[in-house]
Amino acid sequence: MKRITLGLLGVVAAVLLAGTVGAADLRVGLKLEPSSIDPHYHNLGPNNSAARHIFDRLVHTNEKQQLGPGLAVSWKPLSDTVWEFKLRQGVKFHDGSPFTADDVLFTFERAPNVEASPSSFALYTKGKTLKKIDDFTIHITTERPYPLMPNDVSTLNIISKKHGEGAKTADYNSGKAAIGTGPYKFVEWVPGDRLVLEKNPDYWGEKAAFDHVVIKPINSDPTRVAALLAGDVDMIDQVPTADIGHLKTNPEVVLSQGVSNRVIYLHLDHDRDDSPFVTGTGGKNPLKDVRVRKAISKAINRPAIVEKVMEGIAIPAGQLLPEGFFGVSPNLKVEAYDPEGAKKLLAEAGWGGGFGLTLHGPNDRYINDDKIAQAIGQMLTRVGIEAKIETMPRSVYFSRASRGGPNKTPEFSFILVGWGAGTGEASSPLKSLLHTYDKARGFGASNRGRYSNPEVDKIIEDALATVDDAKREKLLQKATEIAINDLGIIPLHYQVNTWATRPGLAYTPRTDEATLLMNVVKK
Amino acid sequence: MSVFIVRRLLQSLAVIVAMSLLVFFGVNVIGNPVDILINPEFDQEELERAIKALGLDLPIWQQYLVFVENAVKGDLGKSFVFGMPAIQLIVQRIPATLELALAAMLIAIVFGIPLGMWAGLKPDSMVGKTIMGGSILGFSLPTFWVGIMMIMVFAVMLGVLPATGRGETVEFLGMQVSFLTADGLSHLLMPALNLALLKLALVIRLARAGTREAALQDYVKFARAKGLSPRRIVMVHILKNILIPVVTVLGLELGNVIAYSVVTETVFAWPGMGKLIIDSMQLLDRPIIVAYLLMVVFLFITINLLVDILYSVLDPRVRLQDVKG
Amino acid sequence: MATTETFPVASSEGVAQAESPLKRFLSDYCDSKVAIGALFVIMAIAFVAIFAPLISPQNPYDLGEIDILDGRQPPGSIGLTGMKFVLGTDDQGRDMLSAIFYGLRISLAVGAMSGFLALCLGMSIGLVAAYFGGRVDTIIMRIVDLQLSFPAILVALVLVAVLGKGVDKIIIALVLVQWAYYARTVRGSALVEREKEYIEAAICLALSHRRVVFRHMLPNVMPPLIVVVTVQVAHAIALEATLSFLGIGLPVTEPSLGLLIATGFDYMLTGNYWISFFPGIALLITIFSINLVGDQLRDILNPRLQK
Repeated sequence: MKRITLGLLGVVAAVLLAGTVGAADLRVGLKLEPSSIDPHYHNLGPNNSAARHIFDRLVHTNEKQQLGPGLAVSWKPLSDTVWEFKLRQGVKFHDGSPFTADDVLFTFERAPNVEASPSSFALYTKGKTLKKIDDFTIHITTERPYPLMPNDVSTLNIISKKHGEGAKTADYNSGKAAIGTGPYKFVEWVPGDRLVLEKNPDYWGEKAAFDHVVIKPINSDPTRVAALLAGDVDMIDQVPTADIGHLKTNPEVVLSQGVSNRVIYLHLDHDRDDSPFVTGTGGKNPLKDVRVRKAISKAINRPAIVEKVMEGIAIPAGQLLPEGFFGVSPNLKVEAYDPEGAKKLLAEAGWGGGFGLTLHGPNDRYINDDKIAQAIGQMLTRVGIEAKIETMPRSVYFSRASRGGPNKTPEFSFILVGWGAGTGEASSPLKSLLHTYDKARGFGASNRGRYSNPEVDKIIEDALATVDDAKREKLLQKATEIAINDLGIIPLHYQVNTWATRPGLAYTPRTDEATLLMNVVKK
Repeated sequence: MSVFIVRRLLQSLAVIVAMSLLVFFGVNVIGNPVDILINPEFDQEELERAIKALGLDLPIWQQYLVFVENAVKGDLGKSFVFGMPAIQLIVQRIPATLELALAAMLIAIVFGIPLGMWAGLKPDSMVGKTIMGGSILGFSLPTFWVGIMMIMVFAVMLGVLPATGRGETVEFLGMQVSFLTADGLSHLLMPALNLALLKLALVIRLARAGTREAALQDYVKFARAKGLSPRRIVMVHILKNILIPVVTVLGLELGNVIAYSVVTETVFAWPGMGKLIIDSMQLLDRPIIVAYLLMVVFLFITINLLVDILYSVLDPRVRLQDVKG
Repeated sequence: MATTETFPVASSEGVAQAESPLKRFLSDYCDSKVAIGALFVIMAIAFVAIFAPLISPQNPYDLGEIDILDGRQPPGSIGLTGMKFVLGTDDQGRDMLSAIFYGLRISLAVGAMSGFLALCLGMSIGLVAAYFGGRVDTIIMRIVDLQLSFPAILVALVLVAVLGKGVDKIIIALVLVQWAYYARTVRGSALVEREKEYIEAAICLALSHRRVVFRHMLPNVMPPLIVVVTVQVAHAIALEATLSFLGIGLPVTEPSLGLLIATGFDYMLTGNYWISFFPGIALLITIFSINLVGDQLRDILNPRLQK
């Protein structure tokens, strides 16, 4: 706060007082705010989005999460374990100092080692050794073949070695070290109130569309919409589905919608013989029977959930990622709503008399999550499964769902969860959700149903060691097909995100759900 | 006298220690913050690293000892979310909350005193009864619901006031304040009014009671007998006499208003301490919860202590009582 | 909500002097038509809350009875099963009128339950303090003063942060917030009673402590306590609603009025005003009528204002 010069404040105040905001200015209201400006402190959506304005990555991702050149102009695997990155020349940091390979090396060194980081970038840097060949060439070596190298590299924001050496997270928050090569420069950050950015006129790529941007966190859904309607902000993200109906008819508002990489799905207990939240089965776990899982999938009326709960703003899902993503299988269809078929399958499996099942879900994590859970409860009740619904805040839910049971096993039997593929391809959900839980090798970390299929494991591991794209895609498709046909998880729908802007502006929706000023279009 | 103060100091210390135990252990049993803060793509190794980074791998009593050790040095821990000292984060938000609370108090006084005096002067009139009924309505209205309705009417339907947030701030006496800019003032109006509602009822009641009492006092009777205009009697003699108790009570109520601003700040997305604590409770940012609660406890205990000491200085009976007790 | 601190505690004189306390009390109460009306409203609300399962058009929390296809219908519309939604439906297709009835039930139950438990606890502690006096009294009153110096919402916040969500937990939190008000009131009037002859007589007769306290002292400290009870129950209902609105009170599976309003908050701008407006009105009417009754009671039981 104090660090900003009074002069600048005066200018801002004058602009706002006049009531007319220049066309080159933008005020944005976002649901979530970053917890820091340090690009390596907290590996989480809001932080990464904020950092992408101030900093660049070697590899950029476009709105469909496809990779493209950033601070690296090109990259290629020299062998199965060595990748070469050619860096962009003539790029300058906001303070005018030049960007070189040293900055990249420094970034990889700092990123996994930020003090007190609640979620670090070690995920993406581990197992990689960097070597500077010349000022603009870098080789990255891995022990095993590693096809996701460009994806991993695309997550790391490159900081300036000059300003980053010895800099703490607080130095980034204050702006002292927040000097990147990105299209916007850092002006000030007041946690809980605003993040102010200004145009970087010397940006190497497409120049920023706005001279001056204020990003305000407005967590409450209706207040965020109200702020847009009242003219406090020019754009908001995560428009609640409830408001889409009336915003559509409002000439003062433009809606932009796009499917995300997030699938909402059900995970079932594949592991325990006596599952804690299954009742009336005499100690057996019917969920281990693929026919029962199939029956549950058939009992769910996905189009009705999309239509009524999501107000039409979602796409029924038949696998892990929507069409168009790398590794999506062309052979998997959305399960059709078939309550009679479901009842038949249940009878076949010996559960024609039904059983009791509690569905647990969060109530503040995904779009309309508690309402989806209730709708599923209604639908299961209709095929004879006595469903109970229990939803809770994510602060309690996730730790119980992951480790709430005895010996830190998952506590629940049947859960509603979502998964966004951060890498933008199918290996991400396969590895975390459907590979056998394997602590030592880091597989199945979010496999809260403890699904385990050696055949699937094998294919996933093969895929993760295949550098050839075409071959890898085939493997990912095959693993997906086997796991989904076996109902390792039951996909429900892909989330669709909505942004709202004032007339004259529009947003190019991103599948990674991020809100980036670079994707705001002026019309 | 000094015995009295020392004893009160010791008592206060005991309360703070007890509170720190209660809050620290209580807050640490719910959920696990790592599950909310970690990137969903995590693997098991990263999970363990994060748990360690936040100091959650230690047994709880050891965590408490670490906390106490730092607390003695004036460090109440680092926020899990922001990675910054909890105290710094809270202090950053004080001006916003203080501004809101003071504005609410001002509104309560400006509207409450005249209304209360009217009701006190004419207790049996229609207006007097309506004001009193209204004051009961005032403290019956659920603050948060009124806030929602205000946004709905003034921001959405009429579009005359901004819906949420704090307006443009400028520096004043070393603090960022918003009431000096037109934009800031328009943002301040609704939340301040919302928060003022509770205290408005209180001021009306105090002013009414004071006026009724004063109207029967000899000095007012004399003034009336002397032939002073009723206007002068009310504006000078009665007002002067009720102003002191009203302001005194409101001063003591400031802490209360700050505490209740939690609700108003949540509804209006006002970036103050109250919103911080609610956000922190939702994200399980334990160090902030603990630091906030302890700071407030400390504040209240200090105020109490000062008031007690002042009373004992001004009123010897209190001292005697204490000795007797 | 926070104004309770300013209610003066009635000294015993005014009450003791009345020749026929009950009769006088009733006739005093009936002086105000508003207060009579308020009392009837409270009785009606209590009736609705108690018999909610019988008089509600549907059970809003039975998944088999509600249909999502009926979601967010305006007041007066007809549902798929031919049912009329007098106050409209929420996003899940729940009849708002039924939801409000059930919500009232939970709000009132939480308010009354916590009020009753706090009364028992506070009264016992207050009586003990007054009866034994001395060191016991000093320590107890020190704790009471300390707690009363904190805003109720802050104490509730701490407790909810520590205890977590749930009906039982919110009741515990509310009891712990409120007991001190009762303790202080009871102690104040009991201290006066203790000096009176009939207590001395009772002690001379070597009656047990318990008998003296509960059979002889208690009935005489009731009048001021009644005022505090009404005010505190209203306070408890409001506090629970506030905590639930903030998302730290009751779990969503047990929606009180506060939670209904919070859900409706999401639909504030959509024109579906009924989801949040009607529960708000119900909450307001409940608290307002309890406070009106409390205000009248205080007027009659407070000797300073007696004509």
